[in-house]
Amino acid sequence: MSKERAAAPASEPAPAARASRRGQWLRLRLRNIAPFATLLFLVALFSAASPSFLTLDNLANILQQISVTGIMAVGLTFVILCAEIDLGVASVANATGIILAYFTAQDASVNIANLPLPGLAAIVLAVFGSFCLGAVNAFGITWIGIPSFIMTLAMLQIGAGICAMLVRGQIAYAVPKVIAVLGNGGLGPVPWIVIVAAIVLALAHIVLTYTRFGRYVYMVGGNREAAEYSGVNVRAVIAAVMIISALCSGLAGMLGVAHFGSAQQDEFDNYLLDSISAVVVGGTSLFGGQGGIGNTLVGLFVLGVLNNGLDHVNIDSFLKILIRGLILLAALIINVYAQRLKGLPEAGES
Amino acid sequence: MPPAPLLELRAVAKSFGGVAALKGVDFTLDAGEIHGLVGENGAGKSTLMKIIAGVHAGDQGEMRLAGDVVRFRSARDARAAGIGMVHQELAIVPTLSVAENVLLGMQPRNRLGFIDWPAMIAIAKRHLENLGLVVDPRAEMASLPLGMQQLIEIARVLFSGARLIILDEPTSALSPPEITRLFALLKRLRAEGRSFIFISHFLDDVLAICDRVTVFRNGAKAGAARVGDIDKAWLIERMIGAGHHELEESYLGEIQLRGPEGAADAAVVLAAEGLGRGTSFQDVSLTVRAGEVLGIYGFMGSGQLDLARALFGKTPPERGILRIEGRAVRLRNTTRARRAGLAFVPESRRSMLFALEPLYKNMSISVLDRLARLWLKPKREREIARRHIAQLSIRPAQPDRPLGTLSGGNQQKVALAKWLTFAPKVLLLSEPTRGMDVGAKEDVVRIVRRLRNEGLAIIVASAEPETVLALADRILVMRKGRIAREFANETVSKDRLLAAA
Ligand SMILES: Nc1ncnc2c1ncn2[C@@H]1O[C@H](COP(=O)(O)OP(=O)(O)OP(=O)(O)O)[C@@H](O)[C@H]1O
Ligand SMILES: [Mg+2]
Repeated sequence: MSKERAAAPASEPAPAARASRRGQWLRLRLRNIAPFATLLFLVALFSAASPSFLTLDNLANILQQISVTGIMAVGLTFVILCAEIDLGVASVANATGIILAYFTAQDASVNIANLPLPGLAAIVLAVFGSFCLGAVNAFGITWIGIPSFIMTLAMLQIGAGICAMLVRGQIAYAVPKVIAVLGNGGLGPVPWIVIVAAIVLALAHIVLTYTRFGRYVYMVGGNREAAEYSGVNVRAVIAAVMIISALCSGLAGMLGVAHFGSAQQDEFDNYLLDSISAVVVGGTSLFGGQGGIGNTLVGLFVLGVLNNGLDHVNIDSFLKILIRGLILLAALIINVYAQRLKGLPEAGES
Repeated sequence: MPPAPLLELRAVAKSFGGVAALKGVDFTLDAGEIHGLVGENGAGKSTLMKIIAGVHAGDQGEMRLAGDVVRFRSARDARAAGIGMVHQELAIVPTLSVAENVLLGMQPRNRLGFIDWPAMIAIAKRHLENLGLVVDPRAEMASLPLGMQQLIEIARVLFSGARLIILDEPTSALSPPEITRLFALLKRLRAEGRSFIFISHFLDDVLAICDRVTVFRNGAKAGAARVGDIDKAWLIERMIGAGHHELEESYLGEIQLRGPEGAADAAVVLAAEGLGRGTSFQDVSLTVRAGEVLGIYGFMGSGQLDLARALFGKTPPERGILRIEGRAVRLRNTTRARRAGLAFVPESRRSMLFALEPLYKNMSISVLDRLARLWLKPKREREIARRHIAQLSIRPAQPDRPLGTLSGGNQQKVALAKWLTFAPKVLLLSEPTRGMDVGAKEDVVRIVRRLRNEGLAIIVASAEPETVLALADRILVMRKGRIAREFANETVSKDRLLAAA
């Protein structure tokens, strides 16, 4: 190395240093860039493969298809940002939808021992039901100390049990009018369910970014011990996110029942994997503290485009399942890798 | 021609995202030498060491090992070339045995490919005995005192064949007898021809053990000398400029603790009676008054740090009564403790800070419920952060910089800053000056004095006698979880403090 180079002022880093700085910039944003690049890639791919993919009609389809998942994924985003997990989302959604139908007058042909109430009362009871399931999760995790992975696994079973007890293998169809409209109707050309999902996403984004509670969620996920040493009530925050998650699932469940036009057992089974995938594919860290609603939104579109696009290109439907699995695996690898790259506290070692 | 030095660095530069951490430094290390490296927090000491140990790649400059130019791509490369590093945060595996830790990654295997336990124990035993370490190789690492763990980590680095060993602040968590033992070991190994780089903020230690010393300042070399030719004042002047005197300097002799006239008529803010928890501390009774600093001194593991943690509700005491301003309180969690007016800075930075979050979020988190009801006020948060950054001279002075990119000492300052926005009633400080440079220690002393004069009750728990002597108005000495002696209204010296512990 020549003398001049070595003596160059430090404010003008050598080309190698500049390249490495750009590398660092990219690395630190891998979590946000990778999902977005995936989305662009998939859109380009399917647009090229099928003329019917890139149309307004199909965009509307995709939006509808991701709305129910989207509402569930919002609650999960809170939970995963806190470095916890909720495996009960789909089950709680199913149970809430069924509770709603249980308290609604059904057609005479439906053979369910139900308890018809006015529409508003049915909605309140259903929401209360999902709140209670969330509160049980919260209690188990924060007071008893059951890991959320196990606790919500139990909740998955409990939710399924509630569904089974209430419908006993039957199918209910009617839901209160408001919910039916929100699930199936539209405001002009735009389906209400898409509007509701957009509002929920927007609200969650505002809460997470601009409120004190949102900051607590990130900090608890970022370093739980440090949050505790800062006097943050970590238990209360975790309890709150579990309840938020259950309420989101409840809303998704009620709208879903209206959207699908029926309430029955095992109706939401695919939604657990879909909503977790959306959050993780979007780049929210499984270790907590990094990511957010923006990531979840991109993740939702990646999954939505993938599911929808595969229908357009005429692929073996069994292969589709495998492809989704592989995409999820790739997202997990990027997620863990991004975590490692961001682990810069090396500088703090001494 | 004299033999080439063991290690020679020329014009090494390194910047992180445009900020220069090292601005072209030279450094030489001879074989069989213990070389001290001192400098302010953020001067670039750890960065240079990480370049030598292959953790970071330098941007510019060249490195010669025994005369040959080398370029390490990873820590593994450096290890293969005989360079080992003992980080301040120990890299041991606490749940494994001593033998497994010493031979980590090099365990002997038998023909079936399983770890050959008898051979491993025997090898570890021989190796440890050679180093003069008396310890059962089968013992679980976590069951040993911190000092021994550190010596075993050094043993591990030696076992991997290192001839150049970097020790980054190895003594900051050790008790005086453990330091003596470490130094004896270093001297023996030096006689065998191994070389050391010894980083420390304890200048006495550096002068006691090193052959030569290099001073860093703002990422550049500010001087180098043989230890025999210089004194502490010389080092301090090179490090931070003339006119500073070192913390230790002013407490070398006897110091007079403040008499009862100072605080006796002030209200008792915190009173504890018969506190106890498990095996960590028993029968602890103490009081702190407004405008008083109570020092709690003890060797590492004597219970003073557990006590501080317990007072903050992290691990609540199981027995005893705690009163704050006369009212009995039960601090079941840290939120209650904070609401009751307590504030706590733990000894470990990592457990207090959010490495990936910017400085201002790190500082505001503990006062967020007073800054914001529902909506965050980031402007206000940044403003407060800027104030604390100026007050504690935290560098670099950028509220938006991720905390993890600050040097160790500067992170420690952030941990303290968290509680300064709204004065608490009682401030609990656990090892408040660990890892801080001379200037920063002075800053801490200044801040603590100021807070005391403003009427705060302060408890300082530490295993560093200098810290306690510099800060405390009254001193409790703990031994094996119990209060062994109180020094109040009398003269005390480092020796008498050590004798009581
Ligand atoms: N990974 C990193 N990313 C960005 N900046 C860094 C990183 N590591 C170190 N720095 C910066 O480089 C400078 C030197 O840091 P370094 O850790 O070498 O200091 P130090 O001399 O070891 O200080 P201390 O005594 O406090 O440990 C600091 O300003 C620090 O903020
Ligand atoms: Mg350092």
